[in-house]
Amino acid sequence: MTDNDVAVVRPKQRSSGAPPGPAASAPSPGPERARRRTGRSIRSRERWAALSFLSPWLIGLLAITIGPMIASFYLSFTDYSLGYGEWVGGENYARMFEDPRLANAIKVTAVYTFVSVPLQLAAALLLAIVLDRGLRGMAFYRSIFYLPSLLGGSVAIAIMWRQVFGTEGLVNQVLAIFGIQGEGWVSHPDYALGTLIILHVWTFGSPMIIFLAGLRQIPTMYYEAAKIDGAGVMQRFVSVTLPLLTPIIFFNLVLQIINSFQSFTQAFIISSGKGGPADSTMFLTLYLYDQGFTQFDMGYASAIAWLLLAIIAIFTALNFLMSKFWVFYGDND
Amino acid sequence: MTETPTPAPSRSRAKQSPATLGVKRFLFHLVLIAAAMVMIYPLLWMLSASLKPLDEIFADPGLIPSSWEWGNYADGWNALPHPFEKYIWNSMVIVAGSILGNLVSCSMAAYAFARLKFPMRGMLFAIMLGTIMLPIHVVIIPQYILFNNLGWVDTFWPLIVPKLLATDAFFIFLMVQFIRGLPKELDEAASIDGCGYWGTYLRVIMPLCMPALATTAIFTFIWTWNDFYSQLIYLRDVDLQTVPLALRLFMDSTGTTNWGALFAMSIVALGPIFGFFLAGQRYLVRGIATTGIK
Repeated sequence: MTDNDVAVVRPKQRSSGAPPGPAASAPSPGPERARRRTGRSIRSRERWAALSFLSPWLIGLLAITIGPMIASFYLSFTDYSLGYGEWVGGENYARMFEDPRLANAIKVTAVYTFVSVPLQLAAALLLAIVLDRGLRGMAFYRSIFYLPSLLGGSVAIAIMWRQVFGTEGLVNQVLAIFGIQGEGWVSHPDYALGTLIILHVWTFGSPMIIFLAGLRQIPTMYYEAAKIDGAGVMQRFVSVTLPLLTPIIFFNLVLQIINSFQSFTQAFIISSGKGGPADSTMFLTLYLYDQGFTQFDMGYASAIAWLLLAIIAIFTALNFLMSKFWVFYGDND
Repeated sequence: MTETPTPAPSRSRAKQSPATLGVKRFLFHLVLIAAAMVMIYPLLWMLSASLKPLDEIFADPGLIPSSWEWGNYADGWNALPHPFEKYIWNSMVIVAGSILGNLVSCSMAAYAFARLKFPMRGMLFAIMLGTIMLPIHVVIIPQYILFNNLGWVDTFWPLIVPKLLATDAFFIFLMVQFIRGLPKELDEAASIDGCGYWGTYLRVIMPLCMPALATTAIFTFIWTWNDFYSQLIYLRDVDLQTVPLALRLFMDSTGTTNWGALFAMSIVALGPIFGFFLAGQRYLVRGIATTGIK
């Protein structure tokens, strides 16, 4: 990759300035336009350099992201199982309307997302505000609260959760101290999803860090001004902190909703890959996996993937639309 | 520190004596410590359960085992078709490949986006940002078909090659943000001194990017080590199982028999993440705070 160095040492030799990209053949201009040529050759050298720096990403974008996206869209109109496929038009999409398990999966995913995300963000915001007071030992608390969100996605934690909420698990052992006989939470259709929601809330650490960073950005003078005007603690929170934090709240909300629609591992492990009991933890992603990689009905699974993408896109768009009414970006004038 | 209002009841602060403030602060810490305890108690419980005799795990919510059963670790280590180091090794191979891939390919793309002018830069940048949000579920099936046709299913390639091609666009974004913060004069000085684009990238930008590279390496480690979905799909061969897959196998095969050993191996699986958490917390917190992704 020394082409550029060569080109810099001898700037007139423009063709050597092209790094090994796809067939670098620039037409050499006439000698009478030497000055402009140099300017143009620098620009074209920069372009070739950019292309070579971007080439791994571009190849990945085409071969691993955009190509498969197009293929996935096509597959969703076929009856495809490895090595064999047949165009069936909109049949996969029509089938969705007569698939009660899919309807259930949408419901389970929606309940999970719309219960766990607000709870998680509320916990994150509360702790961020408490920790932002600059108490001694703040770094220590921050670490403890942050740790679960690093570990939360792992299989080991899902295994732990399954036992903590098992018939004889930690939760029931603690309840027994108070004389309460607990259920087998993960194996009960009414409660299994609840344990997953608690697991999601447990990982509030990363939005908390984002809130903390946002709180740091609020200028102290606003609080001082509010204080002089006689605002109490509560009023300062409602009239200063909250409005100035709304962009961060919005950001976390968008991000967490997108993430939680895609949750997979915890539900898979806690239900032994079956989405049970009684499909009560059957997320859309689990159903997609079941259809695509267990039944090998990849056409239908692709259609489900596009349904998932559409749902996420719709809720993200709604989020942005509604943000006009509550997100405060300050006065930029 | 800045005095930030909280919903905590402390209305008449001005009239408080230092003594009541001290008591209040003490109570405040007490509540925080209690909350922190609730948060990490399940982890401590699992750690202690991994050292407890079997009949004690589901009988006593306390943390101190009546006898220390180190044998749980030995049992768990050898409970599966391969000794556990085999799964750790497999995970490490994938992790190492992923880290290398992300560091090289994402930093290259980031340098181009942050410093070079080229046609369609704005559009490509927007596409790059869009791919961060793209659910893996939308592309996983055609990817599987592609890698299956290449004969790569049941190899590590489907897990490493995408990283070599910078598909973790999040890290490109992280590094673009970082590089934009570096003074442009450095590039100009390097160019006057005879550095080409590659020279500037390698000798000027990369050394200054160390914090961003460290964040990338740590996050890649944690995500890849924790990753379950793609490993579940691409690795079915018993010889290629990774730590998460081995744990799942362990859980499904033992049913409800040897919990101590299962917990022991879960602790082993969490160990490296915990280590990186302790060592690299600074980078993790900065990475989250500047880009907002966990």
